[in-house]
Amino acid sequence: MRELIKMVVVLTVLSVLSGGLLSGLRNATAARIEVQQLKFVKGPAIKAILKGVSNDPIKDRFAIKDGETERKFFVGKFDGKANTVAFESYGKGYGGDIGLMVAINMEDDTIVGAGVTTHSETPGLGATAKDDPGFVSQFKGLPIEETFKVTNDGGKVNALSGATITSRAVCAAATEAGGIYQRMKPQLTEKLKEFNK
Amino acid sequence: MAKTLTQEFTKGLWEDIAPFRLVLGLCPVLGVTTTMENGIGMGLATTFVLVFSNILVASLRNIIPSKVRIACFIIIIATFVVITELLMQAFAYTLFLKLGVFIPLIVVNCIVLGRAEAFASKNSITLSIADGLGIGIGFTLSLAALGSLRELLGANNLTIWTTPTSIIGVQEVFGPHFQPFTFMVQAPGAFVCLGLMLCLMNLLGSK
Repeated sequence: MRELIKMVVVLTVLSVLSGGLLSGLRNATAARIEVQQLKFVKGPAIKAILKGVSNDPIKDRFAIKDGETERKFFVGKFDGKANTVAFESYGKGYGGDIGLMVAINMEDDTIVGAGVTTHSETPGLGATAKDDPGFVSQFKGLPIEETFKVTNDGGKVNALSGATITSRAVCAAATEAGGIYQRMKPQLTEKLKEFNK
Repeated sequence: MAKTLTQEFTKGLWEDIAPFRLVLGLCPVLGVTTTMENGIGMGLATTFVLVFSNILVASLRNIIPSKVRIACFIIIIATFVVITELLMQAFAYTLFLKLGVFIPLIVVNCIVLGRAEAFASKNSITLSIADGLGIGIGFTLSLAALGSLRELLGANNLTIWTTPTSIIGVQEVFGPHFQPFTFMVQAPGAFVCLGLMLCLMNLLGSK
């Protein structure tokens, strides 16, 4: 009996201490981790696809709840007018989720630019989706309500050679971005008005 | 029987070098060593976890009941792994992006649990620190060696550390006309490289 109590007590105390320590550390590092993510993953992608903006899209960001998930949107100002939003969507790739940052012009609902943020694709094959700007630039100027497909599946997007699954995932992410955009457009329009004041 | 501190430290560097002598902890060994930098980073993260879990296991060795010791060890190890993961995200984000899922997998790395069970739970704190450091540095060196070989042949580069602004290391070691042997940076290449290195270690050890 004594042994049993000792086991329970030791395990409980250890778990409680470990849980407390970790949640404390998590709170302490949360702000810094978000800054790092913006700097290394989302920042470069946003800067690349929102070339020529007059504001800092990373500073002008806001979050809206979409059902259960909270989505982050980055605002781009062209010619002094906040008319572009950038946000991330995901598609299932060969080695896991592929994150795609999509920037949309809200005046004519077309894609301003797209860029891969996070991925775990094969180096040299699928990973070129991120490294080769020619691939993602195919999305530029296309209307967002389209369903994007690679040419093999009867679509317009030329797949990366040797990486059809990756290319399909990027198309799926872009299509998903369209869905998110259509769903949230009223809220986004409201928010953008604040930035135009 | 009583071994000195230096003996406990140095055994991990050659005699018991984990991936090559004991062929343990192969998941990160094969998975992350696509570049030398990844190898070093993974090795250092494992060393950190190993040293701190050894310290804690050794200091709690008389309190932990033997029937639930494995569960206790796993809690301790998992705690340090999550600490490593959070700190790496906060301070070395680029490295975290490359190592990805392999950081949480340190929890189930048999080297860490193996040292806790076989060494730290039976020895004093100072000896356990020496043991953890030795095994950890040995692990780091093995990963760095395997990573540099694979990166050199597979990508023609040798990266030691990447900072946001620059890369410390050598690019295009064999000159710009060398056609990289891409096979080496993919998973099957890892097995081939590991096999060659094991062969070399056995050759050196048999003398």
